[in-house]
Order: sequence, then structure tokens, then C-alpha cells
Amino acid sequence: MSATVDIRFRLNGVDTEVTVPAGMSTLEMLRERLDLTGTKYACGEGECGACTISVDGVTVNSCLMFAADCDGRELLTIEGLVASPVGEVLRASFARNGAVQCGFCTPGIMMQAQHVLRKHKGCERADLQRAIEGNLCRCTGYVKIIDSIAEACVTADTEQGA
Amino acid sequence: MSGISNYVAPRSLDEAAELLRAGNVTLLAGGTDLMPQSRNGRTQLRPTLMSIRRVAELRGISEAAGNVRIGALTTISELRDSVLVRERLQALWQACDRFASDQIRNAATIGGNICNASPAGDTLVPLLVLDAQVELASKSNGTLATRAVPIADFLLGPGQTARAATEILSGIVLALPPRHFISSFFKFGTRPALDISLISVGLAARRAGNALHDVRVAFGAVAPRPIRAPAAEAALEGKALDDGVIAVAAAAAEAEIHPISDVRASDWYRREMVRNMFTRVLAHVRDR
Ligand SMILES: Cc1cc2nc3c(=O)[nH]c(=O)nc-3n(C[C@H](O)[C@H](O)[C@H](O)COP(=O)(O)OP(=O)(O)OC[C@H]3O[C@@H](n4cnc5c(N)ncnc54)[C@H](O)[C@@H]3O)c2cc1C
Repeated sequence: MSATVDIRFRLNGVDTEVTVPAGMSTLEMLRERLDLTGTKYACGEGECGACTISVDGVTVNSCLMFAADCDGRELLTIEGLVASPVGEVLRASFARNGAVQCGFCTPGIMMQAQHVLRKHKGCERADLQRAIEGNLCRCTGYVKIIDSIAEACVTADTEQGA
Repeated sequence: MSGISNYVAPRSLDEAAELLRAGNVTLLAGGTDLMPQSRNGRTQLRPTLMSIRRVAELRGISEAAGNVRIGALTTISELRDSVLVRERLQALWQACDRFASDQIRNAATIGGNICNASPAGDTLVPLLVLDAQVELASKSNGTLATRAVPIADFLLGPGQTARAATEILSGIVLALPPRHFISSFFKFGTRPALDISLISVGLAARRAGNALHDVRVAFGAVAPRPIRAPAAEAALEGKALDDGVIAVAAAAAEAEIHPISDVRASDWYRREMVRNMFTRVLAHVRDR
């Protein structure tokens, strides 16, 4: 029997309060307590990146994070991302370039892509490849995913410059 | 599944040390080792889970009086983004650059990497060749006190360190290397990303012309803990790097390691890789 912890944090811009078992992962909390099932469970040990979310402005594997440790933090999940301008740029680019096949890895990859765009370290393909090393895709062979992020990177640049 | 009954997140080192003194606490930093280990039963979580991420004293990289101090909570990404680390502590930067994936680097801390004490822990080999000391804070006598321990004495075996249960690793301190100092780290695995080192090689030395002085060599994943290699160091000390010297040093290294066979590689393969990769690292330094 493990005890519960009351935590508060901002989730996709909304103040959120939840009571979680002390040993629960952030991924389990999102999917099972908060019904945000866009964040995917696959390997459960940090190898595949399907559960990528952003915490205090950096991406992490939510399966490796204790839910209790979300207390006081700022979380962004795929549900929050797609409702934002950069999410729309990425969504359009992924669709246009055919970067989605089965779609299971897509939320995690889009979360990682927004991190790359926000950190803004250039749109070089080699850098983009390294940036998504922690995301596995078993369908696409990655080429179209890199195409999409590169295109979104340029679009985001143009929009910021304008 | 977990025996945790309490979660605490102190805001100061003093408060954290006090909680630790009371006992029955598991320390949580990035959680990238703790979460998988608690789920597969390798680590039994104690009743109180103490997140240290709000302790400001454990953050940041600073330079003062010829020393560099790295707070225990510094993430692998923060180290990789640091100009000081990239330009002056190259071996550590290279280890951080090839560490896991971006998501793991954003969460994983250097303090966690050290306290986890894996024979393959990637920051440990650079810290060995940079002669780093770890700083341990505790309140065992009622007041906050720290002691410094050389990293080589801190690491005792797989998952085993010289840290007492009441101590927090608060930071890492090392002398800022002098001019003409080179350091280098090379990790060998089956793929570039997200791979635990099959073997790793660290080298540091002061370079004068083609000769190396104050040579330090370390290897990871070839013994129960990352180790310095005194015979290889002696074979290189003061010598100009040529093919003959490199071959003697590589043979010395192969003779002083004691790797095991496991699911990732056989001991024979690890020996071969140490000899070849160490040769490559030395040749690279010579040709640079
Ligand atoms: C998919 C994956 C890939 C990985 N790849 C690599 C890799 O390439 N190279 C590598 O070296 N490692 C790798 N790791 C292991 C892990 O990410 C690192 O060891 C990491 O640095 C641990 O840091 P953390 O902050 O997450 O530690 P935590 O999991 O929070 O803690 C680890 C241990 O240290 C203790 N601890 C933490 N901080 C302190 C402190 N300040 N004082 C006292 N005790 C403390 C904790 O109680 C716990 O026992 C990988 C892990 C995963 C899941």
C-alpha cells in the first residue's frame, strides 16, 4: 500500500491539482488520471521517446519521471502543443510531408521537434537527426520526419523574422 | 509495488541534510536510474522519497580561484551547453555529447550518474582523468558539514560508493586544467545514441610539443568500477607519441584491465576494443 501525494502544477496553461500514488509515473498520471492519452506508452524505460513531454521548458521521458515530482512545475503535452501556433506549423508540415504512418511515435516526435525549434540551434539536417535520437519510429525510416522538422524550422524562422 | 509513503522536496541543503539524518530516505534527482531500478526491483525505495531539485545550492557551474565547481544537480544537457566545459574540460564535454538521448540528457544529473556508480557511467571516466573530487554534505553532528573525496576513492564497485547514508553529494570540484592541457573521451557502443558503453577510454595530459606529461588514463566498463590505468600512464609519461610508444601503452592497458563477459560483449571483445580504441585515441592526439 503506497500513500498518495497531493500535487499542483500548470498543465498546458491550466492550473491542475491531482492526488497521485507516490510511486506513479508522470506518464501514468497523464493517461490514467487526467485522460490525456496523446502521450504514448511504449517501452516504459526511456528508450523510445513515445512518452516525450516538456517540463519547465525541456523535453523529458514522462515514463521516467515520478508524478509527485511534477509539483510546482509547468508541463506541456501534445494536447497543449497542437493548440499553439508552433504546434500548428509542425502539424501542417508533418501532414504535407507524409511524416506520419501508423502515428504512434508522432506525438513524442512533435514534442521533441517543438523543443528543437524553441531552442533554436539552426535547421541543419545533421543537428535535427541528433535531436531526435531518442525517438524511435518503426515505419517511416525518419527521412520524412526530418524533412518535416526542417521545413517547420524554416517556416518558424520566417515567421519570427517577419 | 512501491513502499513509498511520503514525498518531500526541501528547498535548502540544510533542510535536505536534516531529513536525510532522520533516515529512511531515498534521494531523487532526475530519476532516470531510480525509476527503472525501482520498477524492476533492483532498488527498494525507502518510505520517504526526497526530491532534491529545489535545492538551489546544488545547481550551477562556477569557476573561482583556479577551480571549477559543478553542482550535483547540473544536468548532462547543461554541461553540454556550457562553454567552460566544452573548451576547458573536453573529455567531460565529449562524454555528455554522446550520453543517451536529448530527453535523458535533459533530466539526468551528474550527481545521479556518480552516485549510481555504474561501471559504464559515462561521466566517471572523464572525472577520473580530470582528477575530480566529490563534495559530500551531511548534518551528522547537528551542523551542516562537507568533506571532499577523490572520485577514485568514492567509487567502490557496481552501485557502491563511499557515500554514507546521511550524506548528499553536493558537487564536484576540479582544478581548471592548465594551458596546453588536452583531454579526450571515447565511448564505444553498437549504435551512436542510447547505448550503454561497451568500453570507454579517457585520456588527459599536458602537452609539450609531441610529448605528454602528467598523463592520466582511465577506462570504463572493463572492471567493477571505472579505473585509472597506471601502467598505461607510465608507458606514456614524458614520451613523444610515436607508433612504438602507442603500441607499448596499448599493450600495457590491455594487461591491466579485467573485463567481464555479459550480454553486451565478451571479455575478449572488450580487451580487443580497449587496445584498438586506446590506440585510436592516442593516434588522434598525436595527429592533432
Ligand atoms: C534510456 C537510458 C539511457 C541511458 N544512457 C546512459 C548513458 O549513455 N550513459 C550513462 O552514463 N548513463 C546512462 N543512463 C543512466 C542514467 O541516465 C544516468 O546514470 C543519470 O546520470 C542518472 O542521473 P539522475 O539524476 O537521473 O539520477 P537518479 O535516478 O535520480 O538517481 C540515481 C541514484 O543516485 C542517487 N542520487 C542522485 N543524486 C544524488 C545526490 N546528489 N546525492 C546522493 N545521492 C544521489 C539516487 O538516490 C539514486 O540512487 C541511461 C538511462 C536510461 C534510462
